[in-house]
Amino acid sequence: MQLINRAMAGTLESSDAQISIAPGKDGIVLHIQSTVQNQYGRAIKQSVLDTLSKLGIENAEVDVNDRGALECTLRARVECAAYRSAGIEAGIPWEEM
Amino acid sequence: MINKVGRDIPDELIGRHGVYMGAGYRDGETYTKCGVRARICEKPQGSKLVGSIREAIEKCGMKDGMTVSFHHHFRDGDYVASMVMKEIKAMGIKDVTIAASSLGTAHDAIADMIEEGIVTGIQTSGIRGRLGEVVSAGKLKTPAVIRSHGGRVRAIEEGDVHIDVAFIGAPTADEFGNARAVGGKSDCGVLSYAMADAKYADHVVIITDTLVPSPNLPASIQGIDVDYVVCVDAIGDPAKIAAKAARMTNDVRELTMAARCADVMAATPYFADGFTFQTGAGGPSLAVNRYLEPKMKAKNITMRWALGGISAPTVTLLESGLVNAIIDTQDFDQVAVKSAGENARHFEISASQYANPANKGAFVNQLDFVILAALEVDTDFNVNVLTGSDGVLRGAPGGHPDAAAGAKCCIIVTPLMRGRMATICEHVVTVTTPGECVDVVVTDHGIAVNPSRPDIAAWLDAAGIEHTTIEKLKELAYSIVGTPEPLEWEDKVVAVLEARDGSILDVVRQIKPYRFE
Amino acid sequence: MIQRKKPERFRLRRTMIFLSAQKPGLIKDPLIYGADSLMLDLEDAVAENQKDAARFSLYHALKTVDYGDTEVIVRINGLDTPHWREDVRVCVAAGADGVRIAKCESAGDVIAVEKAVEAAEEEFRKEKGRTLLMAALESPKGILNAQEIAAASGRMFGIAISGGDLRRTMQVSPVRGGIELNTARGLVVLAARAAGVQCFDTVFTDLNDEEGFRAEVLLDKQMGFDGKSLVNPRQIAAVHEIYAPSEKEITAAEKIVRAVRENAAKGVGVFTVDGKMIDIAFLPGAERTIALAKACGMYKGEL
Repeated sequence: MQLINRAMAGTLESSDAQISIAPGKDGIVLHIQSTVQNQYGRAIKQSVLDTLSKLGIENAEVDVNDRGALECTLRARVECAAYRSAGIEAGIPWEEM
Repeated sequence: MINKVGRDIPDELIGRHGVYMGAGYRDGETYTKCGVRARICEKPQGSKLVGSIREAIEKCGMKDGMTVSFHHHFRDGDYVASMVMKEIKAMGIKDVTIAASSLGTAHDAIADMIEEGIVTGIQTSGIRGRLGEVVSAGKLKTPAVIRSHGGRVRAIEEGDVHIDVAFIGAPTADEFGNARAVGGKSDCGVLSYAMADAKYADHVVIITDTLVPSPNLPASIQGIDVDYVVCVDAIGDPAKIAAKAARMTNDVRELTMAARCADVMAATPYFADGFTFQTGAGGPSLAVNRYLEPKMKAKNITMRWALGGISAPTVTLLESGLVNAIIDTQDFDQVAVKSAGENARHFEISASQYANPANKGAFVNQLDFVILAALEVDTDFNVNVLTGSDGVLRGAPGGHPDAAAGAKCCIIVTPLMRGRMATICEHVVTVTTPGECVDVVVTDHGIAVNPSRPDIAAWLDAAGIEHTTIEKLKELAYSIVGTPEPLEWEDKVVAVLEARDGSILDVVRQIKPYRFE
Repeated sequence: MIQRKKPERFRLRRTMIFLSAQKPGLIKDPLIYGADSLMLDLEDAVAENQKDAARFSLYHALKTVDYGDTEVIVRINGLDTPHWREDVRVCVAAGADGVRIAKCESAGDVIAVEKAVEAAEEEFRKEKGRTLLMAALESPKGILNAQEIAAASGRMFGIAISGGDLRRTMQVSPVRGGIELNTARGLVVLAARAAGVQCFDTVFTDLNDEEGFRAEVLLDKQMGFDGKSLVNPRQIAAVHEIYAPSEKEITAAEKIVRAVRENAAKGVGVFTVDGKMIDIAFLPGAERTIALAKACGMYKGEL
């Protein structure tokens, strides 16, 4: 997937995560802060990296501000931010998500 | 040394009561209560009123290294502890230990004094706000000692804690120190947690904002135990001492859990005429009252007494005749405060009468049911009400371990998850109430009965109430939120958690800051 | 990955609770509330600039949260918006049980959605015909076309009144007793029964008026609605309570079902139960009562 703009998805409400994503040059540069990082830090990082990899994103700057989101919410927010960055609204390949 | 709940207690911390060996381990033991330093007042006496808190501190001969005590009946509205500590600091006194019945968000100023090295010891039944963060960060010179309400009185009576000066905030007092919790500007209903302090401290100072003519009787704190009385402008913020009325929750999750608690209670043979009951002040615990009422009416039974912290719903049951008496150690709203002052069937008792395991029988021992909340419950039914999932001190055992140990049927009510945190988990961060004292766990996703109580499981089966295992609940939670990683700790112990008998139940270490590798 | 089982076109649907597909906090909990159906909303509960985010949330919720036997319907955006086609795609791909067509006005609207659903079923290799449809009637035109809408597709399981817009167009406000909507209610119930589908009444939004809510649910039951759309989980228990059959009805239904079976085996068509003439035509009603009693936890017999 070709990232074009800096884009955001999600909120800072409890159980949500706000993701900011922008095109990058130097692999994935990931910053995470989370209210549950003591117990889920590794899991959050893994979910975000997995999702980016599934989307075929190899270079990006990604900021995650997590407020205790479940994994399904994290994935949904990362995908949404990525598709917003790529400027794609419809025709999402849902079966690959 | 590994104790009965599987926690490894560092040898250098183990004191004269050893590590936790199980509920009731010291039952039947005899001991001699520690002696009390008294002062003879033979001559005719004038007023005990002094001009300021500072004057009282001076007259008590306060020095470096002494222990002072406070009660928490003013809850988040308390001004007394901070006022006194500010004077102590201004007088240059250092190395002070605070032995409070609880500390919370009203005491941020004390957090500063820990960082400044003025306060070097904390003994309390609850610790919240900035104070909890500072202690968790390892800034207190000695580990904080956390005790239950009953355990605190036991520690005072056995001499584990020696209070040099007790500063007792009182809504009203006369100039001889007879103090009450009603009739003033900042009423708190009862002064239960201050009673042991008044009896055992070397010096007792009453701090009030409403001086009343003598005799201020019946007195919660008796003038015969009081050295000095100080009158200040305000001892607390009435709005934060007692909310108008605890509002009944509208949250369907909390109501569902409350209804299930009432169903569980009604399925046991303890739910009979004259049963006894305690409930916490949390949303679901409080809402249980609402579901009990129709069940009691249908069965044509009444409650002999309701015990503990009191809120409006319990008062309503008293006034409607469904509850015969309220036995009160703390009031959570103005309805309860008013009832404590006016209703002849609403009784104030001491913390010792309430929950002390080291007397000849406290009221908790006679409980049929107690409904309690939890931050976490593990698959051994151990409960944590002290540390957050990030390992930071932000809670209060309070009377939780006492009532759980005393009641015939202890029900913990908690949602299965809070955000991404699994409430039902493999191992609680800190054991504050041992699993052997917990009988049933009611969650929004199902009920689990402690395998040590096959009788309760059979009663639920007979009543057609579905229940599952605590492991299944934990698995369900983990399947939704994921399996949490264990917390990582430094070696330094920041708090020691005593069981109610004085043995060590658990320790809290300093949490390692998390780093993404 | 959750694979939901094939949806049943006709099942108990007393309560349909609206939940915003965009709110992550809500999505994992609804099962505990015991509603018959969840209505995950992509339409009014989601801001115009968050329609995409809601679809991603919806997809992952359906793929990871086990809603068990609770039905999951998705309210898609109106056919006059640019969103509805992508809404249909995500519903089908995620395996939602059904789609609620917002602001439906004609059989043509149903057929348009059906075509999109069919295309999506093919695209995502789902069983053809799996995804059910229902229509929300929100305008006078929609109400008057209820009959053709209800009968427009074999996927249709029901029609629902959506009162907000309808009241505005009709220039009326909610009234105790429901007179302002009762013509529409009557027409919708008739149309649904004529087409052999279910019907659902509109939401009651004043959460503080419990008495008014209960009165409206009772009216719905008496008029013949199968259930009601709800805005708050707090409302679920009252609907289930009011829709519950009485002990007397359950006993009578049980006798009828048993008698019909026994007599059918003997080849007898008409017979008496407790002095009343009964034939095979009484069976569906009696079976409905038993099913309802089971759902309410009131019947644990063998039927």
